[in-house]
Amino acid sequence: MAKIPAWLRWSLYAAVGVLVLTTVQGFDDTDSLTAAGSSQSMLRWAVPILLAGLGGLFAERAGVVNIGLEGMMILGTWFGAWGAVVYGPWWGIVLAVLAGGMGGLLHAIATVTFGVDHIISGVAINILAPGITRFLSSEILTTLEGGSITQSPRVPGVGTFTVPIFGGGNIGTWQSPDFFGWIAAREWFLVSDIASLAKGLMTRISWVSLIALLLVPFVAWLLWRTRFGLRLRICGERPQAGEAQGINVYRYKYIGVVISGALSGLAGAFIVSPELSGIYLEGQTTGRGFIGLAALIFGNWRPLGVLGGALLFGYPFGIGLRDLDGSASHSLILVNAIGLGAVAIWAATRRKRGDAALALALGLVAAGWYLLSDTLPDVWINILPFVIVLIVLIFFAQRLRMPAADGLRYRRGEH
Amino acid sequence: MNFSLGRRILLTLAAPVVALVFSVAMSSIVLLISGSNPVAAFGDMMSHASRLETMVDILNRATPLYIAGVAVAIGFRMNLFNIGVDGQYLLAALVAAHLGAMVNLPGVLRIVWILVVAMAVGAAYSGFAGVLKVTRGINEVISTIMLNAIAISGIVAYLVREWQAGGAILSGSASRVGTTPIPESGLIPDLNSVVEFFTREVGQGKELTGMLVIAILVGLGYHILVNRTRFGFDLRASGINPFAAQVGGVPAKRMVVSAMVLSGAVAGLVGMAEINQVGFFPANPIRGLGFTGIAVALLGRNHPAGIILAALIFAFLDISSGVLQFTGAASREIVVIMQGVIILAAVVAYEVARRARERQEARSAAEALGDIKPLEAA
Repeated sequence: MAKIPAWLRWSLYAAVGVLVLTTVQGFDDTDSLTAAGSSQSMLRWAVPILLAGLGGLFAERAGVVNIGLEGMMILGTWFGAWGAVVYGPWWGIVLAVLAGGMGGLLHAIATVTFGVDHIISGVAINILAPGITRFLSSEILTTLEGGSITQSPRVPGVGTFTVPIFGGGNIGTWQSPDFFGWIAAREWFLVSDIASLAKGLMTRISWVSLIALLLVPFVAWLLWRTRFGLRLRICGERPQAGEAQGINVYRYKYIGVVISGALSGLAGAFIVSPELSGIYLEGQTTGRGFIGLAALIFGNWRPLGVLGGALLFGYPFGIGLRDLDGSASHSLILVNAIGLGAVAIWAATRRKRGDAALALALGLVAAGWYLLSDTLPDVWINILPFVIVLIVLIFFAQRLRMPAADGLRYRRGEH
Repeated sequence: MNFSLGRRILLTLAAPVVALVFSVAMSSIVLLISGSNPVAAFGDMMSHASRLETMVDILNRATPLYIAGVAVAIGFRMNLFNIGVDGQYLLAALVAAHLGAMVNLPGVLRIVWILVVAMAVGAAYSGFAGVLKVTRGINEVISTIMLNAIAISGIVAYLVREWQAGGAILSGSASRVGTTPIPESGLIPDLNSVVEFFTREVGQGKELTGMLVIAILVGLGYHILVNRTRFGFDLRASGINPFAAQVGGVPAKRMVVSAMVLSGAVAGLVGMAEINQVGFFPANPIRGLGFTGIAVALLGRNHPAGIILAALIFAFLDISSGVLQFTGAASREIVVIMQGVIILAAVVAYEVARRARERQEARSAAEALGDIKPLEAA
């Protein structure tokens, strides 16, 4: 497996995933699982998770655990909304990135300079951030037309675009053909489903989404192909070795954690943009910083893995949002059952009898649930990412490898 | 030696005091920038807090915070981070309130039944994270974050709808939606008669929660368990040096699960204050007590008495800031910032104090060795 390049492996996973979705869809007589709209809203939900996950990647690759992602994201939502309302959408993004970066700086000061436990500092930031935004809301948002202590006026967005030729976007004033839309309409097995999902990913996507997606290869290049990345990663693996090489470990940890906060802030700005909500509401991050952390773990502390986790976790949210009668969400239970069955087979081929039995039992429970119910209560959609990560951890914890010195206290000159 | 002991105590006390002063200073600056008068604001809070009714409110808020602080502290003593107190207490309170109303038991037995169910649910949910840690090597921080979300936005959100008693229920003056109410006899009686014996009648329909007694018992139990029992010794030993403890015959895996189970059992009691106050599990319960509990445990240095002080400080800020809405001296949200700053300042101060103490110890050790010349100055 290790010989296949990562992008090819993840594409294969995606193709198998679509195959499962197509098959399940056949059972349930619905086409919303592979509709273009589904992948479109999946992307919208995935972007904040992806940005938070990439943020977590920077911090943890530098050896600092950042569970303050949630708090930094909250700062991003408030400043993103306020900046966009008062100065315009791009300024909102700039301010959100700065505010998140300030949150990261605070975390860096506490953990790197003062050597405070990373989890404790993160918890403190998660307590502090909503306090700051609530105070600012009471002082500032209440003075804005249409704002109140818990919400902002409408937030303007940065605009969207559609990819020409593949998604049917415009080149100048000429409307190009809609290639994927054409294939999707042919109703060819699997091929049309993939095209339909791909069209969703290329139609009316926000510029911020595009930035977030382009960040994935950029981060992969930056962290694994540059001197800067090597130095940052050594701080997360063996800071003493880095120190022996003359690297200023503190500085790289600071950079990693501040970038981590800035990306979480950007995620916050995306949440308040019209793509998702178009308004700042208190408490609207609803644990997405933690889901980002989950995506990071799911993705084994790698950029492509984080993208995979973000899309996987964004998908049920995207389905749930468009699924008024709960039938499409219901089909997802069958997808879960199939997934658990695959885990059982995988464990059986590795002669892990206990794991195989456990996965099989869980899979049968899911299958039974699917057969005995008609709809899925919407609350289950909210917890699906967490359940998936827990299951992944239960069965694959030994295959995941976090940076060796992640979360450990590092003092210059101490061993 | 006396000098060194005095200095040590001073260092221990100095850290939280510095954190408090720093937080007051920071919030004063914020208030000044936003055009409010910090002296007037804190003055209003102080005078409000000196009223008997406010004190009752503060104790009512401090009670669950204290229990949450102890729950977190039990884990901390073994270097375990139970972030899952939030999920544990909400799930425990919901199940206990439902089963408490469903199962028909006379008076005191029902009270005991509700408490036992709450502790059992909390213990089971937290123990699951412990089992995952020892059997699968999953860090408890990660698993409890996931379990928190699963409990709060999944199980509790679902069950509260399923178990909702038809329509709105009248409680006091406001009607709130929630599970079937528990009969009056199944609720822990309030302590107003005790307060009134010493002072005067408590006005405004305020009731001092009977959970205060349970909280005190939890604190005593925690103190005895950690400082006076074999188990507590093993717990602290595993926390300080797990390998040494294991060599000394402490079963590491069993200790992890036991600590998580104990922590969860105590966490299960956190929500009982609210259940006993309103008589059922409301659809919108008080959330986030677990995270505040982490702050309280940290500020109180995991010490049974220290956590009392920390819980009172946080409860004071929460409750007495309510008056700011009426006096208009400042925006009451300033106290949330204060709480965040206190906790961040406190952990930084503790860390600095710890290093100062280490240097002090190294120096006094060098002095005690006398003529043996240390190779290099510390």
